[in-house]
Order: sequence, then structure tokens, then C-alpha cells
Amino acid sequence: MDANGATTSSAAGGGSNSKSSAKKNSRKPKYSRFTQQELPACKPVLTPGLVITTFTIIGIIFIPLGLVSLSASEHVVEIVDRYDDSCVPPNYSNDKLKFIQTADTNKSCVRILSVPKLMKKPIYIYYQLDNYYQNHRRYVKSRSDQQLRSKSGEKDVSDCSPEDRTKNGPIVPCGLVAWSLFNDTYGFSLDSKTIRVNKHDIAWKSDKDHKFGNDVYPKNFQTGGLIGGAKLNSSLPLSEQEALMVWMRTAALPTFRKLYGKIEEDLPANKKIQVVIQNNYNTYSFGGKKKLVLSTTSWMGGKNDFLGIAYIVVGGLCLFLAVFFILLYVIKPRPLGDPSYLSWNKSPSGQPN
Amino acid sequence: MKRYVYINDDESSHELFCDNRISNRKYTVLNFLPKNLWEQFSRFMNQYFLLIACLQLWSLITPVNPASTWGPLIFIFAVSASKEAWDDYNRHLSDKKANEKPVWVVRQGIRKHIQAQDIHVGNIVWLRENDEVPCDLVLIGTSDPQGLCYVETSALDGEIDLKTRVIPAACMGIDFELLHKIKGVIECPNPDKDIRRFDANLRLFPPFIDNDVCPLTIKNTILQSCYLRNTEWACGVAVYTGNETKLGMSRGIPEPKLTAMDAMIDKLTGAIFVFQIVVVMVLGIAGNVWKDTEARKQWYVLYPLEGPWYELLVIPLRFELLCSIMIPISIKVGWLGDDQFLYLKSKVSLDLVKSLYAKFIDWDSEMIDYETGIPSHATNTAISEDLGQVEYIMTDKTGTLTENIMIFRRCCISGVFYGNEGGDALKDTKLLNAVAGSSPDVVQFLTVMAICNTVIPIKSKTGAILYKAQSQDEDALVNAAAQLHMVYVNKNANILEIRCNGSVIKYEVLETLEFTSDRKRMSVVVKDCQNGKIVLLSKGADEAILPYAYAGQQTRTFIEAVEQYAQLGLRTLCLAWRELKEDEYQEWSLMFKEASSTLVDREWRIAEVCQRLEHDFEVLGVTAIEDRLQDGVPETIETLRKAGINFWMLTGDKQNTAIQIALSCNFISPEPKGQLLLIDGKTEDEVCRSLERVLLTMRITSSEPKDVAFVVDGWALEIALKHYRKAFTELAILSRTAICCRVTPSQKAQLVELLKSCDYRTLAIGDGGNDVRMIQQADIGVGISGREGLQAARAADYSIGKFRFLKRLILVHGRYSYNRTAFLSQYSFYKSLVICFIQIFFSFISGVSGTSLFNSVSLMAYNVFYTSVPVLVSVLDKDLSEGTVMQHPQILFYCQAGRLLNPSTFAGWFGRSLFHAIVVFVITIHAYAYEKSEMEELSMVALSGCIWLQAFVVALETNSFTILQHLAIWGNLVAFYVINWIISAIPASGMYTIMFRLCRQPSYWITMFLIVAAGMGPVLALKYFRYTYRPSKINTLQQAERMGGPILSLGNIEPQPRSIEKEVSPLSITQPKSRSPVYEPLLSDSPNSSRRSLGPGTPFDFFQSQSRLSSSYSRNCKDN
Repeated sequence: MDANGATTSSAAGGGSNSKSSAKKNSRKPKYSRFTQQELPACKPVLTPGLVITTFTIIGIIFIPLGLVSLSASEHVVEIVDRYDDSCVPPNYSNDKLKFIQTADTNKSCVRILSVPKLMKKPIYIYYQLDNYYQNHRRYVKSRSDQQLRSKSGEKDVSDCSPEDRTKNGPIVPCGLVAWSLFNDTYGFSLDSKTIRVNKHDIAWKSDKDHKFGNDVYPKNFQTGGLIGGAKLNSSLPLSEQEALMVWMRTAALPTFRKLYGKIEEDLPANKKIQVVIQNNYNTYSFGGKKKLVLSTTSWMGGKNDFLGIAYIVVGGLCLFLAVFFILLYVIKPRPLGDPSYLSWNKSPSGQPN
Repeated sequence: MKRYVYINDDESSHELFCDNRISNRKYTVLNFLPKNLWEQFSRFMNQYFLLIACLQLWSLITPVNPASTWGPLIFIFAVSASKEAWDDYNRHLSDKKANEKPVWVVRQGIRKHIQAQDIHVGNIVWLRENDEVPCDLVLIGTSDPQGLCYVETSALDGEIDLKTRVIPAACMGIDFELLHKIKGVIECPNPDKDIRRFDANLRLFPPFIDNDVCPLTIKNTILQSCYLRNTEWACGVAVYTGNETKLGMSRGIPEPKLTAMDAMIDKLTGAIFVFQIVVVMVLGIAGNVWKDTEARKQWYVLYPLEGPWYELLVIPLRFELLCSIMIPISIKVGWLGDDQFLYLKSKVSLDLVKSLYAKFIDWDSEMIDYETGIPSHATNTAISEDLGQVEYIMTDKTGTLTENIMIFRRCCISGVFYGNEGGDALKDTKLLNAVAGSSPDVVQFLTVMAICNTVIPIKSKTGAILYKAQSQDEDALVNAAAQLHMVYVNKNANILEIRCNGSVIKYEVLETLEFTSDRKRMSVVVKDCQNGKIVLLSKGADEAILPYAYAGQQTRTFIEAVEQYAQLGLRTLCLAWRELKEDEYQEWSLMFKEASSTLVDREWRIAEVCQRLEHDFEVLGVTAIEDRLQDGVPETIETLRKAGINFWMLTGDKQNTAIQIALSCNFISPEPKGQLLLIDGKTEDEVCRSLERVLLTMRITSSEPKDVAFVVDGWALEIALKHYRKAFTELAILSRTAICCRVTPSQKAQLVELLKSCDYRTLAIGDGGNDVRMIQQADIGVGISGREGLQAARAADYSIGKFRFLKRLILVHGRYSYNRTAFLSQYSFYKSLVICFIQIFFSFISGVSGTSLFNSVSLMAYNVFYTSVPVLVSVLDKDLSEGTVMQHPQILFYCQAGRLLNPSTFAGWFGRSLFHAIVVFVITIHAYAYEKSEMEELSMVALSGCIWLQAFVVALETNSFTILQHLAIWGNLVAFYVINWIISAIPASGMYTIMFRLCRQPSYWITMFLIVAAGMGPVLALKYFRYTYRPSKINTLQQAERMGGPILSLGNIEPQPRSIEKEVSPLSITQPKSRSPVYEPLLSDSPNSSRRSLGPGTPFDFFQSQSRLSSSYSRNCKDN
């Protein structure tokens, strides 16, 4: 806005003057439907018919979908066994922390699980931790993806503090996440016959191929003053340490399950499975629970009733709304666009205040 | 404060005054970086954002990768800085071009070619035809033997007609060769920006002319940036140079205007800011408490026992960074001004949208003035929404409501009325016969019509005579006289030639007593070259002429004529003359000369001297000039009235004229429907009483359905504004209509200011230089690119060709802009809040430690890309069709009252964002629990849930879908997946393979549908319920429009009471013949009327008691 004709220097003014007549014509804008804001438009109206139909259709689709999801979830057979309390010997029950922190206590513990229904292979073995904040700001950032990916990134430990280096050089893999690696182990036997647990292919293929390098070997790991969780076999490259990969896919929720292994045989119903647990991992200091989970799978994944129930609830509510609107429509019909609502005189349009 | 310019003195002035170097540069190479940075960060919000950005560098607290935040910021800064640099470079180039332009300047007595920047004050500059004037010059010679030259001033004031400039009398007749050697001194005021005043004196040194002081006016100057036209050469003395020229002084950046909507968005931003601080503090405290009680036990987090001193601050600061997205940076926050720092980000949403609104105005083919081919134009692209919120329109009259084409219609000469029968005096045989018979009264009358003016006749090549007039009235009079065989043929220096019935008569112009809006008349003193008689010819407003008739002349018929013409809405002028005696003239001439060479208060001293001559007139007659109403004015006013907009007419005209026009254009209703209340009075007491009376009536009648308007004149207004501001303000609030007549430009601006101070949105519309101040003062200034030049249109935010386009500008463009921005801005908050709420909820399940659920790329893309594209096309959204709005202008009320953007609608959006955040969060963490709770996956599920909801929210809030909207809304959803697939294909990225994995899971899609159904179901149900059972009037009209309901025809049936009674006016004596005649008895709106008004306390009284001057005089007397 150059109100005072203050176009920078006066040279500009001169040019525009001499061309002013030609400019006037070209200034006339070209007509197009876009420039005139007249593009053809569809203007939907929220008619009772449209809205009631929408809600009805959503209801009709959602309830069956919910039932299908629920049945898929019901078909999943799941055994959950909490063992953190019962795996502490009675003489330590008042001081569980001491039990877990003392190196020479016998940590092994035997649990008997009963199979409620036939479990078809593959059966996934998870460990579940409750009240464990893998998503804590301090924890989740304490890792070095460069270091994990290739040998050249070995020294890149800037984010890993306080588990970044020892006197002997940088820790590989560094950081709190790796340091706190889960170290309980499970041995399964059915009718005193050991069940083979496949611990391969439990991590994401993409992690094995790209995130954890095959030339990166553990170094200085768990050798510092504080021992966190599991130790690693320093002769295996990281790309083959699948338990570590699983652990380092941090969970977003404080309750999470992580894959421990797979059982690749069917478990018949009503059988007892004996599990020998090496109860090493400390959750006692913060009152976290440890659970062992055996689960089959469906197209929806593991056992989770939430989606099914939510679908049924939402579908039901939609049907209810549809009925409500139909009733409202019948009892209190209102013609759309009724001019009697347009009496401008009722509201003094001139004086908004 | 004067400067003395010594002509042609090479040494003395160099140190005193600056050279002619023009500099518009803001920066130099050295100071660019610091200065630019300083400017960008001197604003509060920028500092805030800078602080946020700096905090992000601290890896301990930053939730995301700092590079991804700083990258775009630096990019944005670099872009805006380089844009600044580029602009500045261009300014520098154009400065350089102007500075290095070769000009002819006299140096050491010889004409030399030098660069324009080397001109010094006192130099003599030579110009050729079509040259641009390099600095402000005082003319001393031209190629024209009479010392005339023509200049085009459009770069200065936007007026396209040629102006005549004349060399001062002292330089008249100096030989071409001698001009090189001229010496002298010019005494002139210090530089100022008034391009209509130049009160200076010139004294030439011997041997040229004796020591006589010669007065200089603006007529003797040619100013920088003008062009010399139709003159072979001219030369002048540089008086102001460089940035001290009148043009240079008037450069300035106008204050950016802030719309009501911006102010509201500011308020809401402030509220969100406070909310953010509260959230941060609560979460910060909770975080620290959790850390001390819980996190110490979580051994794997490995909190040190003794933290650093700032440990308590870490968690709150982390939350501050997490929540900083609550204020969408893409919203252009009001206090940011023209924010450079966030230039690009704001460009992507609000600024882009706003400039598109402006473009729609420019493009609108229905707002092109087909007579001139000029389209409407939005100069200020930032305030379109304000158009939809206008509550008061202040309109000028001449040229705005009327066409400003003056046509001579009737006259009354010596008591005989001409033109009363046919409505056109030029065809009245009586008059033609009288002319043919050389009736002396008629001849004298026509002579005054022909030569009492400042018109310049120019012979075109075909021999026809064209008149260059600065005032439309004079043009009309001269042309009419020519048609009545009194042709003004030529002006040769001071010699006028007129051809009357075949014989040529010559007059020598001795003096011109120019028109001012205070004197309300102009006169010329001419000498008949045949018989040497000196006569004074005058024309002016009736109250400026008739009281000064010689004792004994009957003026009754003239008064009647004036009244009669006024009733017809014609502009009247009284013509008069007087014969002067030689010695009377000589004596007066000396006084006049002295008065016109004073430097102090020249204007009123001239007025005083003129008064000594302008008396004892013999009144010759009255002319009546028609100025027609523009097409569609009554309809436009009617429609905008219905839209709840109040109209005030501010005019320099007299009361009767203003009232007549107001009646004829539906401005006020005639009795008994309407009522006019008059505020008048010459003294404080009278005005006070009158004001109180009117106020009382107003309060009583405010409940009745009666159109009450008040009329106030300039003098009463001044008193009212000065002493009874409170009462007058109350009156202004009560009254929907007002007519303010006889107001000066500054009073117009004061009135606008008054209404603005009552928190009304005001729009000022005008066409002339006298409206510029009010246009700049108002929230929205609209200029009509009319016949009075482009001054108003240049100063205005919007320029339109005709008054009637105002209807479309407000109802269509203003309303749509308001609706669209209302949606856009609230939506921007909504989408930012959704993501922010999710982050906050997530913090409760992540140990209140300030972890960000979303990764940096997603966060950035969410605000800048995913959510801004679909909403951008809402600029094409139309809630109602243009036709419906035009039929039901009342619907504008929703915009005026700010119904679509206010704290309660905002609370609705806030609630919706909270609800949607809960839906997304709860569904996501339950559907992706246990073994699926991987961080990257869960965050993408939540993000895609948000994106799906956004698409449906925009779709639900869109009223009309064009192909572009479908493309943007659904295309964006597809683009979201495509982009994330691409990112998921990069092994180095954190979310490698994530999106492919998710898309293969049936549970992902099932979760999405659940989020959409659960999120949108209640919103749809609520919207439907309100739409059907609690419809707003907009909804009702939408339904009617789309279902073809009965309402649409209703608008036409609605009674339009005003149009029927339009012609009935309670004041009229005779019934008007034409439907909407308009008249205006004064030249008041002609461009040279915007003169400085006389200060109070002037010690003379030459006006009728009505004028402000006399009253100020009488008040002075009383004070004494």
C-alpha cells in the first residue's frame, strides 16, 4: 500500500504512466469458473433420511464386524501365569529385593501350567511386564542406532549416558535399553519331555537385516560397576542376538509383552506343562509384575476383546441414534428450510449488541 | 523555520542541504545480517519461538530431533531474509537508476550533463518534454512565451489530468540565454510533505530585476516524480533535494490494520497460551513428584541420586516443548505483525488464504466497472474478513453516491427562470432567444460563466476546443456557456479570448481570487481590453454571494431560485459581478500582493484581503447543475441496511442538499416513517440543548419501528465533539443513520475515530482527496476510482469502480472471507490441540517424563502438510449461494456479531479436540496393547487415527464440495499413506517398514474405522440435531436453498417500503420531475478544496453566521 505514491523511486511511476492505457485492458481479469468462485459444487444437506441411513448402515456393519472380531479373539487360547511373587522362596517373602539382588540365591522355580484347550502350533511364548516404563523419556532415548547398525558407529555413544563407556572403551550395545535386557529364562516340558522352544525368527526381519549389523559384536557389555540385566554372547554379532532386538523395540505402554520364543508343536487340552523359570530379573524394587504368557494367534493377532466389544458398542449406539432420530422425526417433524424460522424482526439484526 | 536558497550559487548550499541522492535502502551489505535478525526477533512472539527453538537444542529436554525443528526454521529464516535482501537490492537498483540519471544542470554558468544525484539545492535544472523531474524545482523559465508548462502529477497524487504550472512573475520575460546567469534568493519553508502548499518568496538579484519580492505558490513549482508534458523545455531552481523532497517526505509505511478477527484470534491465542502454561506447570510438578517417588525405584532408568541444579526445571521444560505446538505457528498471530520469522509457515495457511480472498475480489467479473474497464482491487490483502463484520459505513456524497458528472440544467437570470419546462436550459428557446438578442443581463451572465474560472482551453489538432478543468462544476459551466455561443476560445498568458455571437472579446486577467472551502466562492478581476474597464466576476455558494449584494438589490427571486433548485436536488451557484474603479483596484492590488507574499498564515490573510473586494455585488443569476445518483445506489443502501449496517453520510455540502440526496437514495425515510432530528446551534449552550433534546427523542423512539436520523453540521459537530463527547457518543450508538454536513476532512476522520472507539467496525468510502484521511482512519477504507483522481483509491484498502459494488464486496466477499477464516483459524487450533492432548495423555502412561509419542518427522509433517492442505481448499467453501445472500442480507448479522468465531464456538472446537484426542488415544492403546505395543507402531496408529479424523472433520464442516475439495480431502489421506510408505522404505529412518507392517494388519484398518465411527458419530449426531431442531438462520437458508424450499421466493415479496415513497419528500415545494436528482451547491469537493482550515480566533468576520469562522469570531468576542 503506497498511499502517498511512494513507489520506491520515481522511475517506477514513470513506467506505469506511459503504459497505463495498455495496462488497463490487461488488468481486466480473465473469466474462469475458478476465479469467479463458481466451480460446480455438490452441496449435501443433512436430511433426516441421509443421517438416519448413515447411522443405520454403520450400526448394521459394525455389530457383525464386532462379533467376528470377538469370536476371533475367543478362539485364541491363552495361558497367563504370574510368577514374580510365587517364585520367591518363603524365607525371602519379606525382602524380595534382597532375594533378587543376592547373587548366590537359587533363582530357579518350577511352575505348572494347565492347557485349557487344544493349542495349535505355533504357540508364542511371551513374557509380560507390568508397571515397567520402557517409554520413559530417560530410557527410550538412551540408545545409539548408529552403533547398532554398523561397526563404524561404535564410538557413537553420545545419547547413551550413563551407560555409554567403561574404562576399556565404549560399550557395545550402549545405553539403558540394552543394559536392562530381560534375563529370565524358561524351560518347558510336557510329561517330562522337554518341549523345544524356537528362539529364532522372533525379531523383525527388518531389524535383523538393517538395524543390527552383522559386524557389530558386544563389547564391554555388563562389565561396569552396575549390572543391569542379561549378558550377551560376545562371539555372536548383534544381528543374531534376537532377544536383544525384541527388547530394544521399546514398548509404548507400561504393560507390555515381548516375544520369548515359539513352540512349534500342538499342545493337547487338559495337559500340564512344567515350566522351569530362572527368576533373575528385578521387578521387585518397583513392584512390577512378571507374567509368562503362552498364546496362539488369530487373524487379529493375540487375544484382545477390546476391538470386538468396542465395535458392538459403537454399532449399538449408532442404531440407537438412528432409532432416536426416527422417533424424533415422527413425533416432532420439522420441515427443513421452514421460512417461519426466518423472521428477521424477532432478533434485532441491526443491533448485535 | 525557513531555508534560503541562493540560486546558482555553487558553493554555499553544499554543506547546508543534502544532495539529491535518493535512498530507500533499509540495509547495507555490512549491517544486513544483524539488522535483519534484530528486526525479526524484536517481536515478542518471535522471541518466544526463538526461545522454544533454542530449548530444542538442549538434547536433554528436546522431545524430538533438534535438526528437524531447526532445519525448517533456518530455511524459513533464510527464505525471508533473502526475500528482504532481494527487495532491498531492487530498491537499491532503482535508487541507483534514479540517482545516476543524466540531467542538464547549470554549473559555472554552463549547462552540463551530470548525474541526478549530484544536483544541489540552488542549482538550475533544465528539463525537456517528457522528462521526469529529479527534485523539487521552482520554475524560472519555460519554452512557452507566457511562462506556462504542463505537468503530469499522477505519481504524486494519482490525478491523471495535466496541471498547469507557471513561472513566477519576476522571471517573466527573462531571455533564454540569461537564465543561465540568473541569481537570486528563494525564501522557503523547511521541507514538509504537503504537496498542495508551497508558501515562499523569490527575490532576484540585480541586474535582472529590482529588489522586488515575488510570492511563490505551489503553482510555481514542479515536484519530484512529475513529468513535463506538452512543453518543449522548462528550467527551475532546485529547492528540495534527495529524501527532503515533498515526495520523499511523504514516504512512509502505513500502520498495518488489524481485523476484528485477528484481534479475536489474538485473544484466543492468549487463552491457549495461558492454558499451555497451566498444563506445563501441572505436568511439570506431577513429573517431578513422580520422578522422586516412582522413578527412583525404576532401577533401569538409573536416575542419579544427586542431579544438577537445574534438575527441577528439566521436566517442565520438556513439557513446554511438547506443548509448544498447541499454538499453531501456522496461524498468523496478530502481534506478530508482518512476521518474517514464520513467514513461510504462515504463508501456508492464513496468509495464503487471505491473499486468495483478495485475488477473488480482483478477479470478480461482476465488480468490473465496464464504463472504464477498471476491475475492483484489494490493495490490502489482510483484512477481507473485516468486510463481513462492518457495522458502520461512512460515505462521502459527491462522486461516491453520485456520478460526479455535472450537467448544466437550469438557470435563473435576473429573475427569469430558464429550463423549468424542458428541464434543460440549453434547449430553452426563451434563453436561446435572449442570447441571440444579446440581452445585456444574459450576456453578462454568460461571460461570468465562461471566464470566472481556472479552466484552460486547449485547441486540439482538429480545431475543437477542449477544456482542462480541475473542477467538474467549472467544466460544466464553461461547456454550457460555449453551447450558448459564449465560447471561451483561448488563454494567452493573462489575455483571455471569448467569442460571443461571432465577435471576439479580449479580457486581461488581473487577479484570480482562488476558491477555498472556507470562502466558498472564487472571483477573477479582469480588464476589458476594448474599453479598459476593470470588473470583478464572482461565483460561489448562495450564502457566500447573496448577502453581499449591493444595498437595494432584490435578492428574493434568487433565494427562491436557490431553494427551488435545491428541492430538485441540483447544485446551485450564484453568479455576480461588480465594476471596479481603477484606483480602488490599484490600492487593493498592493494589499493583495503583500498578503500573497507572506509566509505566515498566508491563506487567511489572502481571504481577508479578498473580502475587501468581494462586496456590493450585482447578482446576475443562479445556475443549477445536476449530478446524478449512480446506478443502484438506493438499492445498495437498502440491501446493506437490511444487512444491519448503519450508514452515516459525511459531506462537505450544505444541509438541505445532503438531506435531499439522503431522501432520494433511501438513506433516510420521509415522514411519517422517518424522523429527522436536527442538532444545531452556534454556541456551546445551544448545541448542548439541541443535543440533549435529540438524545431524549432518540431514547424514546429507539423502541419504535421508526427510522430516526440526526443531522448535524460541521460547526455543531465541532462543539459537540469537543465539549459533549460523551453525549454525542451515546447519540452515535443510538442512531442508525446520521447526516453530517459541512464537515471538513479532519472531522470526517474524527467521526470515524469516534465510532471506532465505541468498538464498531467502520468502513469509510469516498472518492476524493478530502476523503483520504477518513479512509485511512477507518477499519476498512474503500476508494472509488472516480473522476476526482485516484487519490482516495490509492489510500484505500479496496478500490472499486462504483458504489453499488460495495454490496457485493461486503455481502459476498466479506461474508465468505469471514466464514472461511472463522473455520480455518479454529480448525488450526483444533488440529494442534488434538495432537497436543494425545501427547499429554501419553505422558501419563510414560511416567510423566515428557516422552513424545510421535517422532519428529510426523510432528512436523502433521502441522505443515497433512492437516493444512485439506483445510486450504476451504477457501472455496460457500455456505450459501451468492443469490441467497443477496436476497437475505440479514444473514450478515452472523458475521457482524462474530457468531462464527468467538469464545463459545472456540470452546466447541476445544471440546471436540479433547474428545477426539480421547477417542484416538483410548482406542489406540487398547487395540494395540500387550504384544503390539511397540512404540513406532503405536505412534503411527495414533497419527493415522488423527489424520482420518481430520479428513472427516473437514468433510463434515464443508458446505459445498467442488472437485478441488474432494481432491484435497481424500487426496491428502492417500498422500499421507504414500508419504509414510516412502519414509518406511528408507532403512535409516526410525520408522523403517512400520507403515508396511501396519497396512498388512487387518486390526489396523479395523482400528481406523472404529476411531472414525466413534469420533465422528457424536459430532454428526449433534450437528444433525442442531441443524434440524435448533437451526440457525444460515442452516434454514441452506436447507431452503438446497431443497428448493419456499423461502427463496420470499425475499422478493418482502415489502420494500422506501422505494414506493421515494419521491415524496416532506420538504419539497415542487414535485421533482426526474426521479433521483442530486445537487450540490458548492465546489466543495473539488481537489483544491482540501486546504488548511483557518484556525480559530481569526479577527475578521466575513461569512454568514452559519459558518464556523464567524462563530469562532463571536466566541472570541464573548471570551473577551
